[in-house]
Amino acid sequence: MNPFTTLDGLVAPLDRANVDTDAIIPKQYLKSIKRSGFGPTLFDEWRYLDVGQPGQDHSKRPLNPDFVLNQPRFQGASILLVRENFGCGSSREHAPWAIEDFGFRAILGTTFADIFFNNCFKNGLLPIRLPQTELEQLFLQCAGTPGYRLRIDLESQTVIRPDGHVIRFDVEAFRKYCLLNGFDDIGLTLRQADKIRDFEARRRIEQPWLFA
Amino acid sequence: MAQTLYDKLWSGHVVHTEDDGTTLLYIDRHLVHEVTSPQAYEGLRLAGRKPWRTGSIVATADHNVPTDGSDLSVADPTSRAQVETLDDNIRTYGALAYFPYRDKRQGIVHVIGPENGVTLPGMTVVCGDSHTSTHGAFACLAQGIGTSEVEHVLATQCLLQKKSKSMLVRVEGELGRGVSAKDIALYVIGQIGTAGGTGYAIEFGGSAIRALSMEGRMTLCNMAIEAGARAGMVAVDQTTIDYLRGRPFAPRDEQWDRAVEYWRTLKSDDGAQHDRVVDIDARRITPQVTWGTSPEMVTDIRGQVPAPEDFADPVQREGVARALQYMGLTPRTPIDQIRIDKVFIGSCTNSRIEDLRAAAKVVQGRHIADNVKLAMVVPGSGLVRAQAEAEGLDKVFKAAGFEWREPGCSMCLGMNADRLDPGERCASTSNRNFEGRQGAGGRTHLVSPQMAAAAAIAGRFADVRDVV
Repeated sequence: MNPFTTLDGLVAPLDRANVDTDAIIPKQYLKSIKRSGFGPTLFDEWRYLDVGQPGQDHSKRPLNPDFVLNQPRFQGASILLVRENFGCGSSREHAPWAIEDFGFRAILGTTFADIFFNNCFKNGLLPIRLPQTELEQLFLQCAGTPGYRLRIDLESQTVIRPDGHVIRFDVEAFRKYCLLNGFDDIGLTLRQADKIRDFEARRRIEQPWLFA
Repeated sequence: MAQTLYDKLWSGHVVHTEDDGTTLLYIDRHLVHEVTSPQAYEGLRLAGRKPWRTGSIVATADHNVPTDGSDLSVADPTSRAQVETLDDNIRTYGALAYFPYRDKRQGIVHVIGPENGVTLPGMTVVCGDSHTSTHGAFACLAQGIGTSEVEHVLATQCLLQKKSKSMLVRVEGELGRGVSAKDIALYVIGQIGTAGGTGYAIEFGGSAIRALSMEGRMTLCNMAIEAGARAGMVAVDQTTIDYLRGRPFAPRDEQWDRAVEYWRTLKSDDGAQHDRVVDIDARRITPQVTWGTSPEMVTDIRGQVPAPEDFADPVQREGVARALQYMGLTPRTPIDQIRIDKVFIGSCTNSRIEDLRAAAKVVQGRHIADNVKLAMVVPGSGLVRAQAEAEGLDKVFKAAGFEWREPGCSMCLGMNADRLDPGERCASTSNRNFEGRQGAGGRTHLVSPQMAAAAAIAGRFADVRDVV
C-alpha cells in the first residue's frame, strides 16, 4: 500500500447524496480477478453515454458532457467532495480500487458507509468526515473557484483551504499509523500470532463443535 | 453488568486490543464466493502465506452462475474464469465444504450457510459480501467485509475492527395478514433511513420478531445493511434451536446438548443498555413498495409516489427528483397504478422455502398478466429447489407462467445473463433498488415475495391482502 502523508490536490465535487457502490463501479466489471485497472470505469453509468463492457477500450466510448468529472476544469483532481452516506451498498472493494485507480487519494464528506470507509484505508485512500457546515463551504468555494485546491496533512489531521482556514478531522490512531507508513496490516496482525493461537486453543476446548 | 447480545458476541471473540480500541477479533466462519475472493487468494499467494484455518472456510459459486441450466462452458468467459479461479483456489488451499456450480447443495452463500448448519449461534461470521448480516438471525456477529479483509481473515483468522454502537429495533405486536419480514425490513429502513444504522450493530427484538420463523429473521437481518448497519442480529430462542437440530454441520449428541446450553445465553440481558432504541408498532406495518433508487424511498401499497417538494432538505429534494426521473414516475401516481414488465422472486433476501411457499399461495390457480414479459423464480439453493419441487411449488409457478430456474444470485445484481433491459420495470424480492442494479437503466421496486406474486398476476402493483 502507498503511504499517505500529505496531499496538495485539485478538488472535484460530486454533489449527490447516497452514492452507492453500484454507481461507483457497476457489476459487469466485478468479473475481473485483478485488483487494478478499474479507474476507466469509475462512475461508469454516469460518465459514459453507452453501456460499457469489461475488456473494451473505454477511451473510445462517448462521454457524458454533463457529468462533473468529465468537465475540463476537474481533470487531474485527486480530492473528491461528496455528500452523506457515500459508498453505501455492497462490500465490493472494487469501489475504492476504482476511485484510487482514477487518481483520487482523499474523499471529503460528512458520512460514509461503514464497509466502504474501512475498505478505503486498505488501499491508501483517505476518507475524511467533516462537519456539514465545513463541507458546505468547500462545495461553495470549489464551485466558485476554478482550479480550487486543498492541502491535506494526515500527521496533523488537517485540511487547509486556499484562504488559510484550517479544518481539523478525526482519524483512528491505528488507521493513521498504518496509512502514514503504508503498512500491510496482515503483517502487523501476524505479530500477534501467539495470541491468536492461544485464543484458538481455548476456544477449541470451550466450544469444540466449532472445530468439527 | 447487564450485557447486550452484541456485547456478548464481541467480548467472546477479542484476541487483542490496541490502545485506540482497534481490536483483533477471532473469526469462526469464513464464507467464500467467486467474486470477492480471487484477489484475496492472489494476495496470499504473492506474500507466500497460507490460510490460517481451512476448516473455517465454506465456499460456493453464486454471483455469476447461469440459472437457466446451461453449462458453464457457454457462459460469459469472464464469469467462467471467476468460477474456475474459485475451483482452483479451493482445490489448492482446501475448505471445510465446497459447493461448486451444479452441486446439489450449491446456492446463494447466505442461503446455504444456515441450511447446512455451518452458521451456528455465537459465531463470528464473515464473507466478502455485504449481505452477510443475514446470518445474524442465528445470534451470530455476521458482517460483510472487503477483499483486503478477506485476505486478512484467510491469513490470520482475525478481523481488525473497532466496536460499533448498539441499536435495538423493537417491533412489538402482531403483524397483519399479508405482511411479512420483508415489509418489516423496508418499513424500518423507511423510518430510520439508509444511513440510520451506520456505525451501529442492530439487534431486532420484540414480540413480532420472536414470532418470525428463521427464514423471516434472515430476511430481516439481511437488510440491516440497507439501513447502514454492518451487522443485524436476533437472540436465540426455541425457534433457532429447532431450526438447527439435525442440520448436516450442526453438532450432535453430547456436543449438541452442550452447544444448546451455551446458545440459550445468547440474548441481551434484562436491563442491558443500547446506544439507541427504535420502537415500532407491528400493527402499523403494511405491505411496502419502494418507488425510488434507495431502499429508504419506500411507501405503502395504498400510498402514492411523492413529489420532490414534499422534502424540506435541498439535497434530499434533488435526490428525489433524480430518482423519479430515473424511475420514470410522476409525482402523486398511486402505487397500485404502476405497471410492471418483469418479476423476480429470488436473492439472499427472499429465496428460501418459506418465501416460495408464500408466493406460490398467491399465484396458485392464476396466471401472470399479459404485460408481464418475464416472471422468474430463482430458488436460493439446490436444496430449496428440491424441497419446493417435492411440495409441487414448481408446478404451481410454471402453470402460472413463471420460469423455474436453477439457484444463484441472478437478477438481484445481474452479473449473469439475468437482467433488466433499459427502462424495464421490475417487481423484485431482492434488496437494492439502486440505479442500474438489475441492469443498466432498469427500474427496480423492492417488495415481499407475496407482493411480487400479486404484481405478476395483476401486471401492476396490487395489495396482496385483496388477493388472498
